[in-house]
Amino acid sequence: MSILVNKDTKVIVQGFTGKEGSFHAEQCMAYGTKIVGGVTPGKGGTEHLGQPVFNTVSEAVKATNATVSMIFVPPAFVADAVMEAADAGITLAVIITEGAPVKDMMMAKHYAKKTNMMTIGPNCPGIITADECKIGIMPGFIFKKGNVGLISKSGTLTYESANQVCSEGFGITTAVGIGGDPIIGLSYKQLLPMFEADPETHAIVMIGEIGGDLEIQAAHFIKENIKKPVVAFIAGQTAPKGKRMGHAGAIISGGAGTAAEKMAALEAAGVTVVVSPADIGKAVAKVLKK
Amino acid sequence: MNIHEYQAKELFKKYGVPTPRGHIAYTPDEAVKAAQELGGNIWVVKAQIHAGGRGLGGGVKLAKSTAEVKELASQILGMTLVTHQTGPEGKLVQKVYIEEGADIKAEYYLGMVLDRALEMPVMMASTEGGMEIEEVAHNSPEKIVKVAIDPTIGFQGFHGRELAFGLGLPKEEITSFIKFATALYKVYMDNDAEMIEINPLIKTGDGKFIALDAKMGFDNNALYRQNSISEMRDLSEEEATEIEAGNYGLSYIKLDGTVGCMVNGAGLAMGTMDTINYVGGTPANFLDVGGSASPETVAKGFEIILKDKNVKSIFVNIFGGIVRCDRVANGILEATKLTKVDVPVIVRLDGTNAAQAIEILNNAGISNIIAASDLEDGARKAVEAAAK
Repeated sequence: MSILVNKDTKVIVQGFTGKEGSFHAEQCMAYGTKIVGGVTPGKGGTEHLGQPVFNTVSEAVKATNATVSMIFVPPAFVADAVMEAADAGITLAVIITEGAPVKDMMMAKHYAKKTNMMTIGPNCPGIITADECKIGIMPGFIFKKGNVGLISKSGTLTYESANQVCSEGFGITTAVGIGGDPIIGLSYKQLLPMFEADPETHAIVMIGEIGGDLEIQAAHFIKENIKKPVVAFIAGQTAPKGKRMGHAGAIISGGAGTAAEKMAALEAAGVTVVVSPADIGKAVAKVLKK
Repeated sequence: MNIHEYQAKELFKKYGVPTPRGHIAYTPDEAVKAAQELGGNIWVVKAQIHAGGRGLGGGVKLAKSTAEVKELASQILGMTLVTHQTGPEGKLVQKVYIEEGADIKAEYYLGMVLDRALEMPVMMASTEGGMEIEEVAHNSPEKIVKVAIDPTIGFQGFHGRELAFGLGLPKEEITSFIKFATALYKVYMDNDAEMIEINPLIKTGDGKFIALDAKMGFDNNALYRQNSISEMRDLSEEEATEIEAGNYGLSYIKLDGTVGCMVNGAGLAMGTMDTINYVGGTPANFLDVGGSASPETVAKGFEIILKDKNVKSIFVNIFGGIVRCDRVANGILEATKLTKVDVPVIVRLDGTNAAQAIEILNNAGISNIIAASDLEDGARKAVEAAAK
């Protein structure tokens, strides 16, 4: 078991024939992901990496029955691509692209909601179900199969924590990189109940950072709804106020969105909050051995 | 990206958002000329820096003669203005905005910002003009009226009415307020703004609404399609090292500790700072070298970190995913040839080909490069080295 994606998930790639799209699609296929085609307007009818290329998402969906799209198009066109996927009946769009304008994502997400398409990202490493399906840019070998679910705003912290969890002798069911932009798709609040319902997931790691209040919302949700142990780390305890720390959404504005307030809310919800990211693996081992 | 008050007001004018008349001046003589062109017998001399709280810091003064305009402009130009938003080091004032005086009957606050939870822009208004909105939100939240605007329908009359009646405006002023707010919404959306603050928005004796102040910030990701906004960027308002880093695709923010950090990925970069702090040290900077971590970017990273003379050691923390660690290790060695690194460099490489990478570093036999086994070990070694 896992959440959202597994070995049977059929995936298309938007921006399939581009440099990034090609490189990562190939890596995903090597991992075992069922990539059944791709979309590059103007290259329909050709083949790429042994899979058919279509001009539109709609054609691709009709021909392949794909339900998930991995999006690599450049930032200026990403909203268009997301809305096209939603319009074509894709149920989950994984948006890897970094640098999409906030206004565009706001519009695209509004439309995606209307068609009930879930989105992950943008500006994220994607989603991986260990040993089954990788839709994104993460190094697959770090994610050994196990019983820990992972939700993270940061790419490299996802790798760091998955690696620690595996070094402690545990492993990952599914890891989702939700991205650090001001507007993102699936977040803690939507993903936590999926892990709660997944019988193979026994504990959940949640990596947050400064800015916004998604972690606070998650804390309230955990208190009421989540029975499985949750380990959390919030990055940016030492970040200055009013400065954007790499991610577009990682900024303490007007004194709100600090690591301290998020850590306090999570602790109040019964979450094991670690102060140092080096302690994530140990904390997971502790809650699982209880 | 942020812009100056006078630039925001120029933008407002294009959209029909009323502002007082004014001119920018770089010298006291230009200030006098600006006042003469504006006419009248009362002017405001306003320091133009990217920070709020200018009035309290002594950067906004009223003049009742052109002689006084000259005197105040001479005082303000070249001063280092310290406000609660500039930090203790303050900001050098290089230009002043000379504005006609206004007949103020009432002061309000009006602002727009993205509500990340609602995923929609919100417009906020308050009767507490001139007060910091965060302070009002904290002390008397009932004095703030807020409307979220679904971008697929845009700003409607009802949004405007909710704000106007919420402010307690009399019936005859509602239309004029809605016109103002509608134009402001258009400024926000058309220009990919991420924040607009008008504090105060004033009502004049004859019932007109005017933006007496203006503060605007924009979505950096959208600047590629906002040429006229990009042109307003004032590099002198930004940290020189941060700009330089940006030119090389590095994201750098200077802090005041002693342990320099070079990390791939923004989250891990923050996490590394937090770990340094956790083991008893102080991070000197945030630095995300991005995905590739090539010799050139790593060398540039060292160079930028070492510009800060407080730096006593550097912690390189790379989790190799698609980027192979052996390449990064070679990059680090290459980088030490390109730029002189005279502090201990603690290197932690994990992920793809980590074992080979550590071997490469150890075989190189460079005395100030120290390998670390994991994140905490690296942080401890870097903090110890900085304390020596």
